[in-house]
Amino acid sequence: MTSALGSAPTGHDDRRARPTPTRAHRFRWARAAGTGWLYVLPALVMYAVFVLRPLVLTLQYSLYDWNGIGVARWVGLDNYLTVFTDSDLLKIIGNAMVLIVFFSFIPVALGLLVASMVRRITTGAFGTVVRTILFLPQVIPLVAAGIAWSWLLSSNGLVNQALRAVGLGGVARAWLGDFDTALPAVGVIGAWVLLGLCTILLVTGMSKIDPALYEAARLDGAGPVREFLAVTLPSLRQEIGVCLTVTIIAALASFDIVYISTSGGPGLQTTVPGLEIYRLAFSQRQVGLASALAVVLMLLVLACVLPIQRLSRGEKQ
Amino acid sequence: MAELLTKFPRRRTVLLASLLAVGMTATACSAPGEDRSSTQKSDAAVKTELGTDPITLDMYAETGFPLAKALADEFSKQHSNVKFNIREDQFTVIVENAPRVMASDNSPDIIRLPTMVDLVKDDLLKNLDPYFTAYGWDKFPASQLMQLRVGENTRGTGSLYGMGLGYSVTGVFYNKKLASQIGMTQPPATVAEFEELLAKAKTGGVQPIMQFNKNTAGINFPHQALQNQFGDPTQVADWIFQKPGATFDTPAALKATQTIQKWAQAGYFTKDANALDYAGMVGEFQKGNGLFMFNGDWESANLDKSMPGNVGFFLFPTESPGGKHVAMSAPNTFGVSAKAKNPDAAAYFLNWVHTNAKAREISVTVGGSSPGGPSDLPVPSAAPNTVLAETLKASQQLGAENGAVDFTANATGGIFAAAITPEMQKLIAGQQTPEGYVKAVQAEYQKELSR
Repeated sequence: MTSALGSAPTGHDDRRARPTPTRAHRFRWARAAGTGWLYVLPALVMYAVFVLRPLVLTLQYSLYDWNGIGVARWVGLDNYLTVFTDSDLLKIIGNAMVLIVFFSFIPVALGLLVASMVRRITTGAFGTVVRTILFLPQVIPLVAAGIAWSWLLSSNGLVNQALRAVGLGGVARAWLGDFDTALPAVGVIGAWVLLGLCTILLVTGMSKIDPALYEAARLDGAGPVREFLAVTLPSLRQEIGVCLTVTIIAALASFDIVYISTSGGPGLQTTVPGLEIYRLAFSQRQVGLASALAVVLMLLVLACVLPIQRLSRGEKQ
Repeated sequence: MAELLTKFPRRRTVLLASLLAVGMTATACSAPGEDRSSTQKSDAAVKTELGTDPITLDMYAETGFPLAKALADEFSKQHSNVKFNIREDQFTVIVENAPRVMASDNSPDIIRLPTMVDLVKDDLLKNLDPYFTAYGWDKFPASQLMQLRVGENTRGTGSLYGMGLGYSVTGVFYNKKLASQIGMTQPPATVAEFEELLAKAKTGGVQPIMQFNKNTAGINFPHQALQNQFGDPTQVADWIFQKPGATFDTPAALKATQTIQKWAQAGYFTKDANALDYAGMVGEFQKGNGLFMFNGDWESANLDKSMPGNVGFFLFPTESPGGKHVAMSAPNTFGVSAKAKNPDAAAYFLNWVHTNAKAREISVTVGGSSPGGPSDLPVPSAAPNTVLAETLKASQQLGAENGAVDFTANATGGIFAAAITPEMQKLIAGQQTPEGYVKAVQAEYQKELSR
């Protein structure tokens, strides 16, 4: 890898002791680096235009009071102050936090359980069928999933029909329209979508674990629970890290499912930052405040995800 | 390897920082929106002749409402040199897109409009006053175009910025079979009579009101219907038109909110109202699952088809017997973009819609609404024994009583989404008090006006 980058192997790693590169060395390095840059240039241009530029613009907009058309007014950090003091916006951020439980913790926990169960049947036609069924929710567009679930959860939907059939008609309600159940109901939809993804990732991770470890554990007299805690869980550290990262981002940045199933209602019960940013920017035309909320959301995602990245990698390095 | 690990991230940071810096300098020189040049051209002379040169009119219309397309087709039939290029979106999408679409270089000539004040403030709409004079629109009843006038940050007075493709009226649709089942022989004459019917339906096991309250608050329809009756409707209109000092925090609005709360507690709305959307409501009503539905005449033609002979309509009753009817009634507003390439042809089309006999007929049969226009032109008739005929009659009655008001939902760009909808959802679920509702709506209103 070092030689690929052009710096000649010196035999020792101490940077201060490194001999000054000769002219030829330098030329070779520059040419190789230049070619390297050329290769990444297309991707870099796309990245700059579609990621960096919007990012910078969002940062800039967040410092203005702007309706998206007319001339903007500089307001400094006022928009951020609003984000952190407006009780509605704080509630909306809180909703996203609640969704983490449903979008992230539940799928990962259930995924571990399901993966341990299906681990032994990963081969053969049956294994393929199981994997396909588990992964299916991930393939279905979120909008379709949202529509299907809002039918299931409607007052005369399948869920309530089933409840009435077993004599629990008293519990039946419009799950997505009820103040107490709307957010958990949205959470259930998210858990359903993300369970398959987590399970597949975890099954794949489990298939990489050396069977000798299980054998050794069994010889030492470990039962299935002990086996799971001592062998499976530690070996899956990185996969769990990936699962948590992906699902926490899905929770914090959720939009499609919420927009389709509840539109953020009733009240603000299921409004999440993603939905609010869109509403503020496009329907209420407060581009500045929407941008500030977007920046806060980005920082929130980083604050949640970076420690997980560190924890899941930590030991290996 | 260790060298690379320590060196690479630093290099990456430098790179990222420099890229960000480039981005900053490229974008952060000026405040957003500062480079926009004024688009309003001078309105020196307007042409009222269409000419014979080929013209393509770009129209941005609303999905699910076939009237605009039907009128455009007929116009092209009568004027072979004019073609239409129609783009359609859902109304909520138009609300969100309109400012940006109109500010772009491909701005449509004719566009279905949401609220207008902001668009006028941003110089995106063409002032139609010259056409008003040139075409003699002063022969229209003044009240017809009042909602389409924008003055100094207010609506209701000032210059004309839009015309209606049909003028809608709202009221109460009822299921005739269910009505006779509970002993309703004629539409209620007072609010008290209406409430009696609600109670009768409830005890008779009939769902009294089928009303949506998901995405957008459909229960604002009955709320405003009550508010219009409990006080002076001009107070409501002033608030909608953003007249200085107008407030939502009135005894009439409070009494209306208390009544809605009472109805919700009595179970007059469906239990799942907060999870029921507009299409769901219409579907349930068509299936005969509700006695009353607060809605507008844009559904008349549809209801005549789906439940022929079984649906009736009445204007929301008055508080005291013999009082004045008041109803939400609004033009299906279309405006001409300030950047329109063919403003004269667009205005010609709008004038034609109001005055051409065939166009007026299409407005009624396809749009289900009154065609508007000069008061001396006859209103085309609808087939007898249809709800379309009833809504048309109601529209004329309302015109005669001068009882049309705009929707409170149109007061500001964000009031419906930011206050009325979430607060109404809370109210009917018992999570908000009537006092709290009225104050919350007014607070959002003031917040928006102060921007």
